[in-house]
Amino acid sequence: MTQDQQGMFGAQGTGDTSGYGGLVASAANAGSAQRPFGGYFDQVTDDLERAYPDFADAIERVVVDRGELTLHIKRERLVEVALILRDKLKFEMSMGVSGVHYPDDTNRELHAVYHLLSVTNNQRIRLEVSVPDVDPHIPSLVEVWAGSNWNERETFDMFGIIFDGHPGLTRILMPDDWQGHPQRKDYALGGIGVEYKGAVVPPPSDRRTYK
Amino acid sequence: MSTYADPYASSRETTEGTVFSVTGGDWDSLVTEIGQAKEERVVVNMGPQHPSTHGVLRLVLELEGETVTEVRCGIGYLHTGIEKNIEFRNWTQATTFVTRMDYLAPLFNEAAYCLGVEKLLGITNDVPEKANVIRVMMMEFNRISSHMVALGTGALELGALSPMIFCFREREKVLDIFEFISGLRMNMAYIRPGGVAQDLPAGTVDKILATVKDLRHSFKDNEKLLVGNSIWMKRTEGIGYLDLAGATTLGVTGPVIRATGLPLDLRKIQPYSGYENYKFDVVTADTCDVYGRFLIRINELEQSLRIIEQCAEKLKSLEGAPVMVADKKIAWPAQLAIGADGMGNSLNHIREIMGTSMESLIHHFKLVTEGFRVPAGQVYSAVESPRGELGAHLVSDGGTRPYRVHFREPSFNNLQSTSAMCEGSMVADIIGAVASIDPVMGGVDR
Repeated sequence: MTQDQQGMFGAQGTGDTSGYGGLVASAANAGSAQRPFGGYFDQVTDDLERAYPDFADAIERVVVDRGELTLHIKRERLVEVALILRDKLKFEMSMGVSGVHYPDDTNRELHAVYHLLSVTNNQRIRLEVSVPDVDPHIPSLVEVWAGSNWNERETFDMFGIIFDGHPGLTRILMPDDWQGHPQRKDYALGGIGVEYKGAVVPPPSDRRTYK
Repeated sequence: MSTYADPYASSRETTEGTVFSVTGGDWDSLVTEIGQAKEERVVVNMGPQHPSTHGVLRLVLELEGETVTEVRCGIGYLHTGIEKNIEFRNWTQATTFVTRMDYLAPLFNEAAYCLGVEKLLGITNDVPEKANVIRVMMMEFNRISSHMVALGTGALELGALSPMIFCFREREKVLDIFEFISGLRMNMAYIRPGGVAQDLPAGTVDKILATVKDLRHSFKDNEKLLVGNSIWMKRTEGIGYLDLAGATTLGVTGPVIRATGLPLDLRKIQPYSGYENYKFDVVTADTCDVYGRFLIRINELEQSLRIIEQCAEKLKSLEGAPVMVADKKIAWPAQLAIGADGMGNSLNHIREIMGTSMESLIHHFKLVTEGFRVPAGQVYSAVESPRGELGAHLVSDGGTRPYRVHFREPSFNNLQSTSAMCEGSMVADIIGAVASIDPVMGGVDR
């Protein structure tokens, strides 16, 4: 998802004078997990496979990282899987959806991440759906968990992901007439330089930083 | 960025860019639409500058006489872009941002964020015991101060003036403790990745125990003002009804879901920071109404005091123990100390880096300007804030700055239930229902 990084400084154009220009930090993205996953994760995936025979087709990847289970789901199957998770596996509550923008992840730039909680079994899992920037459509889960309403509006507002079937997908945090989607990586933070005793302190996004 | 004609704001091009003239948001079109409708409806705009909407919350009410037929919330008036700003600061600096989200529960914001960073770093078990005890104690004090505002302003909004004065007086005592320990009364950035910002000053345990005794005494007096008060009961009983099914599907947590009888409290079911080592009860009610939520907050005060007393007991044997992880690459090098003029840099630390150790100076410089790297990945960490589950979804790309931070704010999700609670009720009951949700707009809008 994230790319390898080169050098130490974020300096561009002026050259890297740190002496670490040749340093390459590889992006260690968690790969697909192999069974046994550990904890209740095996049981959850087994139950889901039993209740949903198309598991292998719908779930692109199962990731277990830092004691958390993530199921990467194809967007066409999201609503079906969500219903099974809610009704059969007792994930009664959705703790909302959070967007992440990976501009370097070609054709999967926009990710929507759902955090589910099962009160009955005291379990948590995460669903992740990725869609291309040019076709940012994901089926809405408002029919499954009514509380997704505002969360999906927020994700639309911040990332421009369009949740098909949402009862009223409008901006929620930004003004109605706002242009652009602020949390995307190609949206500048903004800010102006501040002059202090003749020198200018640049805005946060323009300061030299470490990667 | 796409360009499109805006229905609510005409625009013209200038040398500085596009300039919009906003003409009162959606109000005009709303009035026109209603004027064309056959049946008689009254639409009332309440807020965002209304004294009873708990901050800058806008409610659009549709009325038939005194009965509310539809409620819509307008939020976003306090959107500050904290999540975006964090992406341009290092992992430690971000604590000073997140602490300002839900400004009545700053320590919970910090805790959710720092637990997430620690999970990403894989140092959850390396956080020293004393740091965990201090975190728990500070969070429970914070729960008290937050509930004090919820109870005080809630009563004020329903017309009871005295509880507000008493609640704010008690809250002041808690803020004094915060000031004594962290140097600041609000937005302390006291909980840091790896531990807490500094050790407790001398005499803390005695001060805590004295405050607990004082608070317990005054809470008893406060209770008498409202619990069982017939006017209060008439304004709150059966009002703002939301049952378990509704709360579950809406993702409502905290006192609102506990008022439906479900003992959903992350401190018990998914303990963090050592909550499994404390004795306390999860307070529930079965009335699903405003009165139930009010009683839960009242009774949670005593549970918080119980936990604080157990913390004080543990702290007695932890004199001089570390409050930050041993890994110097993660522990923030700038040691803080409280001087006569409040919290500031520790003079001992400055003496060391400026006068005695070049190596310390280099490390200080590197760690403060560069920060530490966090291995790539994503985590979700949740704590039980006074308003419910406060979750932090952190994504790292392996760099010194967060790649994406999203907060699952309990106020945000809970506020969605306003429509479910209020439609069909009287106008006056909306105030009580919203007050019982206890939304903090700084948290809702972030």
